[in-house]
This record gives sequence, C-alpha cells and structure tokens, in this order.
Amino acid sequence: MYSFSYHRPASVAEAADLIANAADGKLVAGGQTLLPTMKHRLASPSDVIDLGAIAELGGIVVNGNIVTIGAMTSHAEVAASGEVQEAIPALAALAGNIGDPAVRNRGTIGGSIANNDPAADYPAALIALGATVRTNRREIAGEDFFAGMFETALEEDEIIVAVDFPRPEAAAYMKFENPASRYAIVGVFIARTADGARAAFTGATDCAHRAHRLEEALANDFSPAALADFQAPVDRMNADIHASAEYRAHLVRVMAQRAVAACA
Amino acid sequence: MKIDLTVNGRAASGEVEARTLLVDFLREQLRLTGTHVGCDTSQCGACVVMVDGKSVKSCTMLAIMAAGCDVTTIEGLANGAELHPMQQAFMDNHGLQCGFCTPGMVMSGLDIVNRHGRDLDAATVRRELNGNICRCTGYQNIVKSIREGARAMGD
Ligand SMILES: Cc1cc2nc3c(=O)[nH]c(=O)nc-3n(C[C@H](O)[C@H](O)[C@H](O)COP(=O)(O)OP(=O)(O)OC[C@H]3O[C@@H](n4cnc5c(N)ncnc54)[C@H](O)[C@@H]3O)c2cc1C
Ligand code: FES
Ligand code: FES
Repeated sequence: MYSFSYHRPASVAEAADLIANAADGKLVAGGQTLLPTMKHRLASPSDVIDLGAIAELGGIVVNGNIVTIGAMTSHAEVAASGEVQEAIPALAALAGNIGDPAVRNRGTIGGSIANNDPAADYPAALIALGATVRTNRREIAGEDFFAGMFETALEEDEIIVAVDFPRPEAAAYMKFENPASRYAIVGVFIARTADGARAAFTGATDCAHRAHRLEEALANDFSPAALADFQAPVDRMNADIHASAEYRAHLVRVMAQRAVAACA
Repeated sequence: MKIDLTVNGRAASGEVEARTLLVDFLREQLRLTGTHVGCDTSQCGACVVMVDGKSVKSCTMLAIMAAGCDVTTIEGLANGAELHPMQQAFMDNHGLQCGFCTPGMVMSGLDIVNRHGRDLDAATVRRELNGNICRCTGYQNIVKSIREGARAMGD
C-alpha cells in the first residue's frame, strides 16, 4: 500500500471540504473493499478521508412507511436491527448474508452501494424496493443510481448520507452464492408493493438492474408457476470461472421463483 | 502519527504511518504475534481480533482507525497460566493441527458466543465460521471445540 494522508472529520460538511481540497482523495467507510484495493495498489489516493467519526451518517430510523439507514451503518447493524427485521425482513436477511461476520462488522451500506460491485447484494434491494439514495447534494432513485460495473450516478466527491427504503407488502432476496466469497453468482430480489411486483437481479451482468421482464411475468399471477417458462437473455449474462452464461440465465429464473415463493 | 488505544486491558500507544495495518501494529510494534496473517486479502480470518467487542479482520483495518478503541487479541484471553475456556476446549478436542488458523478461530468463536449465546448447534457454528479458513483440520474438531468452549464459558 502506498502512503497517504489520513483525515477523520466529524461532520459531512468537513468531509466534503477535505475531499474537495485533496489532490486525489478517497472516502473510506468500512474499508472492506477500499483497503484490499489499496493493498493491491489498484488505488493509491493521496488522502484518505475516514467517515467513521461522523455521527450524522449512522443509525436506522423508521418514519411511517420509510426505513432510513445511514450510510455508515454496518451490515451487522442492519441484520440485527429490530426495526429493519420488522419492516423489511428481507433486507435484514440480505445484510446478514453478506460476506462473513467480521466483514459485516466493518462493511457499510454506503460503501457497498458506492462501490457497486457487479455481484454485490444491496444494489438489488435498492432497485427492487424503490429506495432513494440521499447524498450531501441531492436525492437519486435507486433505479438510476447503479450505472455499470463499479460505476454509479455519484459525481466526483459526492457523499452518500443515507438510503430511504419504502416498506413493501412482502419481499424476499435469494442468492446463489459463491461458496468462497459469499458474493452473488446470481441474486434476485422480489418485492410485492401496492404498485405491483418489482424485481431486480445482481451478479448476472455488469451490475444490478431492474428486471422489467420478470415484473411483467408476475403482473397478473404473482406465483412461482408464472415464471416456469421465463428465459433470461443468455447473451447478456456474465460468464466466468464460477458459472457459464447459460447457467447464470438458469439461476435467474430459479432464484426468482424461490424469491416469489418466499414472499407468500 | 501517534495512536493511543487499549490492548488486552492495558493502555498502549505507538507511532504509526497512516497506512500501517492494525495487524502489523499489533505484531511488529506491540510484539503480540499471536494474531496471524494468513492471506492478507481479507479471506482467511487468521487475523481476527476484537475491536470494541466486535470481530474484525485486522489485516483490513488501519491501525489509526483503532485509535481510542478497546482491542482484544488472543494474548488477552488467558488468565495467567489458566487458559480461557475457549482455548482449553480447542486443546481438549484436538481443535488444531498446525495452529496457524487457531487464534482467529478462537476469537471468532467468542464472537459467535457474543451473538448467539452459549448453546450452539453445529450448523450455526459452521455458518458463522465462513470467514475463517483452516487448511488442516477439516473443521470437525473446530466446530466441536467452539460448541464445548461456549458451554464451558458458563462454568
Ligand atoms: C471477504 C469479503 C466478502 C464479501 N462478501 C460480500 C458479499 O457477499 N456481498 C456483498 O455485497 N459484498 C461483499 N463484500 C463487500 C463488503 O460488503 C464491503 O463492505 C462493501 O463492498 C464496501 O463497504 P465498505 O463500507 O467496506 O466500503 P469501503 O471499502 O470503505 O469503500 C468502498 C468505496 O465506497 C466509497 N464510499 C464509502 N462510503 C461512501 C459514502 N458514504 N459516500 C460516497 N462514497 C463512499 C469509497 O470511497 C470506496 O470507493 C465482501 C467483502 C469481503 C472482504
Ligand atoms: S490475514 Fe486477514 S483475513 Fe487473512
Ligand atoms: S490448524 Fe492448520 S490451518 Fe487450521
């Protein structure tokens, strides 16, 4: 790891100033992605701005039908939160299945979505649940946030403050996980909402996306049987050492059917 | 940069570079070499320590991030010559062969007890150990050790 200057601001405003004035600054949240990347010298920021001491980035608040999760909330905190378990149990379960316990103690929702790994879990939840990402500058719909492999709608130096999740009628996330890393080979998040079925997948392509065709197939019949003939487009699927494109396409249907069944 | 923290119940401090990893600070400056580096890529769990009561991979945390924190390493568990019940259970159950993964296994075992209590089924232990890799034992006796160590912690 190359050397850098370390900063530990106490407010979002101070963090924004620090990153704006750094030659090549990087925010660090849990460090579970950034530090390995820096060790590999794939990133070599001049300044690292640690968000860990900023109280306004933490915490989980339920206000009516909206569950707000601060950017610095760890996966372990989301998994163990009584509020999240009650309002959106599928989200608590998703957080509790990211990586391993030590990774969950440090890794955060803000870091996970800012990083937008093609196989990350949270992005599928934000899209399917119709969440809103709040930054220090604006609000961005979950659906518009994830732009491509490791790319998001965030502008340079923009800081995620929190994510607002509307409470669904029912929701479930099913992932076929890589047994070593626990990242999703394919994951499908299904939500039943007042406006109908919403679906998103992760792990299958460049990053998580809304699954409009799954939603159409579920529009009149919200049941696993309605997906019996569903075909994900093989030519758009990732193929790697872990799974072929054909296998991933197959997994999209199977995970979607299981998620729909789990919504019952 | 100077950091002050608590390690195994005692005040500790040291000069670190911003890039110094917590595990390197513990091993090289404090000479607490019980915490191991197996992979250095956040996968194996040999480096697990407790920071403010929570398990973390100390190869994936900067020492400076632990400033002001309360850190417990494998060296902080025994009471003089008397092993912690979790350590004793690993000894009694042949829970290690080469021993390289063991410090991380013991710390993760304690973290499992913190979150799931002392009456653990094997499936829970196996699931919760998914960030700890052992190249020797085949895990059977590690699972047995953690279950027995957890029970013994109430005695
Ligand atoms: C062994 C292992 C297994 C894992 N398994 C999984 C898995 O199964 N599923 C999964 O989804 N993930 C997995 N992860 C990734 C994990 O969830 C990370 O915690 C996450 O991707 C990054 O979160 P972080 O808080 O550690 O972010 P960091 O590493 O600190 O930061 C990541 C990026 O986000 C930026 N960033 C952080 N916070 C903000 C913010 N508030 N605003 C703007 N930008 C910000 C940083 O600048 C950096 O570019 C795994 C990681 C490891 C090490
Ligand atoms: S050395 Fe830290 S996880 Fe392997
Ligand atoms: S006992 Fe050798 S790695 Fe676990």
